[in-house]
Order: sequence, then structure tokens, then C-alpha cells
Amino acid sequence: MKYYDLATKIRAHALRMTHKANASHIGTSLSIADILAVLYESILHVDPKRPTWPDRDRFILSKGHGCAALYAVLAEQGFFPKEWLDTYCQDGPHLAGHITHHGVPGVEVSTGSLGHGLPIGCGMALAGKHDNQPHRVFVLLSDGECDEGSTWEAALFAPHHQLDNLIAIIDYNKIQSFGTVKEVLDLEPLAGKWRAFGWAVQEIDGHDFRQIENALTSLPFKKGQPSCIIAHTIKGKGVSFMENQLAWHYKSPNAEQLKQALAELGFDK
Amino acid sequence: MRTTFIHTLIECARADGRIWLLVGDLGYSVVEPFRQEFPGRFINVGVAEQNMTGIATGLAISGKVVFTYSIANFPTLRCLEQIRNDVCYHNTNVKIVAVGGGFAYGAHGMTHHATEDLAIMRALPNMTVIAPGDPVEAALATRAIIEWPGPCYLRLGKAQEPVVHKTSPNFQIGKAIVVRKGGDVTLITTGGILFNTVQAAEQLARQGIQARVLSMHTLKPLDTEAVLAAARQTKAIVTVEEHSIIGGLGSAVAEVLAELGSSHTTFRRMGIKNEFCRQIGSQEYLRGVYGLSVEGIIEVVRSLREAAYK
Repeated sequence: MKYYDLATKIRAHALRMTHKANASHIGTSLSIADILAVLYESILHVDPKRPTWPDRDRFILSKGHGCAALYAVLAEQGFFPKEWLDTYCQDGPHLAGHITHHGVPGVEVSTGSLGHGLPIGCGMALAGKHDNQPHRVFVLLSDGECDEGSTWEAALFAPHHQLDNLIAIIDYNKIQSFGTVKEVLDLEPLAGKWRAFGWAVQEIDGHDFRQIENALTSLPFKKGQPSCIIAHTIKGKGVSFMENQLAWHYKSPNAEQLKQALAELGFDK
Repeated sequence: MRTTFIHTLIECARADGRIWLLVGDLGYSVVEPFRQEFPGRFINVGVAEQNMTGIATGLAISGKVVFTYSIANFPTLRCLEQIRNDVCYHNTNVKIVAVGGGFAYGAHGMTHHATEDLAIMRALPNMTVIAPGDPVEAALATRAIIEWPGPCYLRLGKAQEPVVHKTSPNFQIGKAIVVRKGGDVTLITTGGILFNTVQAAEQLARQGIQARVLSMHTLKPLDTEAVLAAARQTKAIVTVEEHSIIGGLGSAVAEVLAELGSSHTTFRRMGIKNEFCRQIGSQEYLRGVYGLSVEGIIEVVRSLREAAYK
């Protein structure tokens, strides 16, 4: 099906890019691949031919380290040539290892330090409301960045200002930079926290295309409230030996591991 | 300066629908007229400067000219990374306004002494840094930064600063204002310490020393031509700032002079020592602690002159 095909391409690109660049963060790219596939295939009102079209939906990857997956989906959707993916983390003014908007069509906001995306999203949503624009603002956050105070400053702000054109999606893969979320700084009850702050919350399986699509097609969940989707995901999803392994927050697949990973995704060559 | 700022901003906002004002739960008895006239373009974001700066970025990316407003170090240092990554890297029309530059909140203690802000803001790419010398300059600076593309930092005093400019000067971002002509020594100042500097220059004139006074309201981009002219035309340059001796006006001028390659002029920096001020008190008292009183400035200039005669 269409989502599966696109998600698999995203994963394959991200694996090749990470391998070539000897880069980190493959696990976090794999955990958001399915969400990005649904967003870009059928949810976001964006146009690769007109990346700055004023009425487009805005997408902010607040977890900027998951950028290989976002570059991949943007290339697949035609925002820029797929050859650009070969420049990921290479010398020169190319695709940086944390998402950058400079010279990259389709990227709205540069991030990389956690906790910056949701406040910027609030500003964009506020402008949209004020100017009676139809667009929505989607912000994809990591679970780790829910440690950041600035995330919760924005979480307080958005419901107070009834920003129901703002959607926070949390990639809850349960592993942050130096341990599991439970070990480092437990977020539970995470849904309860967002509800208490005034968001309309849905919890979904972030790898079940039907659940992702159902959630993203019923926005806003409640008129007058911002929506929060807590997507339960698996870090490293799709590659058996990377799943739920902290090490793949840092490691880069070698040639043999890349071959095995691509084979698991159905790329046997 | 804060009252002048808000009245000027209101006048501009009447003609320019892009202008928004965000405050971090401060501005009592100052910003209310803006809120009253433009309720849809005013937000008190709460005590949340990081979020305020991120929101400002999102609004500015969406086409607005957004002022963030708070006091002392709150709109700058508290949210420094948001200013660097969000405001500056995206080169947005966010105008950061801090009320209480230097020791304006002197009695409030160390947390409220804004004494490293200029150095830190100056280091950020894309950032324009302005510290008006009096309320007249504050009004002109407010208008100028609305038209000036990209991030700006406007460092204001607080209230009831004396007016230095009896007539409206030609205010251009990046161009120093010659407040007083003179050929013996050049006093370069930024911010509200301009008044003390002009007072000192007038007393020096009565003692036979003609001091040129430059209001270097724009710290970045610096008016290097004015500095070079002072180096060529006068025997000494003294920078006077209500700010740390590290990284502010004195450092900026020193950088220009050092790259001249040869020592054309005697140079002295006046400012706050590299320490936390352990004293509290009125702005004028704390200025005096660091030699930034009228008398302190006179003393430094006289000592330079005496050294030159030896």
C-alpha cells in the first residue's frame, strides 16, 4: 500500500544516508518514518512546486536529529532532487545533521536543540488565527524533549489561546539520549499531563497506518483546543537488530549491517 | 525611555499592521496603551521568555514585525539560545527590547543588573545591537528598527532619563551621532551614560580640554569610520559604557583601533569591571562605584592628558 511503500523508502534512504555519512540518530529516523509517510502522502496540504505557498500547512520537526527521515520524504515527494540525499552530513553547505531550512525547500524551521519547535509552532498558529488563514501547524516532538521546560511553556500557552490549528505529535519511542525515558526522567502519565495542560489528546500506535491516518484526519480533536497525538513507537523500527536499542541512537550501520537492514526492508540488491 | 518607546511603537503600529508586541508578564503602567489599542496584536505570554522568543519567531516567519519586551536580562540571557537558533539563524524580524540596561534596576540587585547583554548580543550573527543615548534617540531607534530588516536588540534605560538632544538628530543605524565637536579627545559612549559624558565634556571645556562626544547608539554594525576619524583627528579616545569592560563598546572600538596596525592614539576603556557588583543602590550611585560619574569621566580624561605631557 501507498503508506508502506513510502515509509519503506524513507527508511532505506535514512539507512543509506546514515551509513554513507557515518552519522548518528538512525534509530530516531526509523521511529518516525510511518508518521511522516502518512503526513506527506495524504494529510499535509503542501505543494513541492510551491514550497512557500502561503496557505500551506506548516510542519516543524522539533526533534531535529531525526532529519534523515524528513529529508528523505521531502526528496521522495519532489521538494528537491533525490541526489541531494547523498550530501547528508558531507563537507559543504549541504543537508546538515540536524534539520536546516537554509537552501532546503520544504523545511520550514531549523532545529537541533530540543524544545524549540513547539514555541515556534505556537507563533505560526497564532499568526494563522489572527490572519484567518486556513493552514494548520504540525510539530513533531521527541519524548526526550518533553524534558525541556520550554516545551511545557508552549504546552501551557497553546490551550490558553485556543490554538486548535496546532497539532503536537510526540514520537514516544521510550528511549532518549542516554537511557530509557523511564530510567532518565519518567514522563508518565504522559497523556494525562498533556490533558491537564488543556490539550485534546489521542494515543495511537505510531506504526499502525490506519491509526495514524484516523487520528490525523479527525483534527482538531476538539474545537478550541490544540491537539496532541501521542504516538507509541519503537526506536529503530523496521530493522530487527536496531529495534529498541539505545546504541543505534549513536551508531552508524557498516556495509554489512546496511545490507542486512535493506534486505529486511525488501531491498535485496 | 520606556514611555517614549511605547508611544512611538503605538504610533508606528497605527500605520503598520505587521507590528506585534509580546511581553513576559512585565510592563505594568507602560504597555497598557498598546494593549488597549491593539488587543489582537498584544500578548502577555506569561513568565516564559523562551516561549516568548519562540512565538515571536513563529509570528515573524509568518510576516509580522514582533517586539519582545521585558526587563534587565530576562528577554536576552534567559532565552539566549532561542535568540541564537530561532531569531537569528532564521534572520527574522524580531526586535528584542530590554528595559533597564546597565544599573537602571540597581537596587534590585545582581540579577537585575544588565551588564553583559551588549557583549552577548553583539556576538550573534545577524543581530543588530542598539543602545539609545536619551529618549530622543530611543524614539528614533524604535522607528528605525521597524524598517531595518532582521533581528535587532534595543537596550533601553528605564524612566525619566534626561534629554540630551535639544533638536532631533540625524539618526541612522550604524552611524554615530556627533553630540559635541572637539579636537583634543574623543569620548565615545553608548546608551544612557551619554548624559554624564556630555556633562563631563562641558566641564572639561571650561578647563581647556575640547572633547568630541560620539553617541555610538549602534554597537553593531559599528561606525568604524567615526572611530577612525577620531583616531586621526584627536589625541585620545575614551569609551564610556554602563556595561562590562569585556565585549561591549570598549572592545568593539579596541578591535577597530588594533587593526589599524600602528598606535595612532591613546585609548582607554571605561566600564564595569569583570566582576559581579556586590553593591546595590541607585543607578547614579552604582555608576559612581565604577567611575562612570561625571567626575569619574573628567578624572580619566585629565589623567590621559597629563600622561601625554610627561
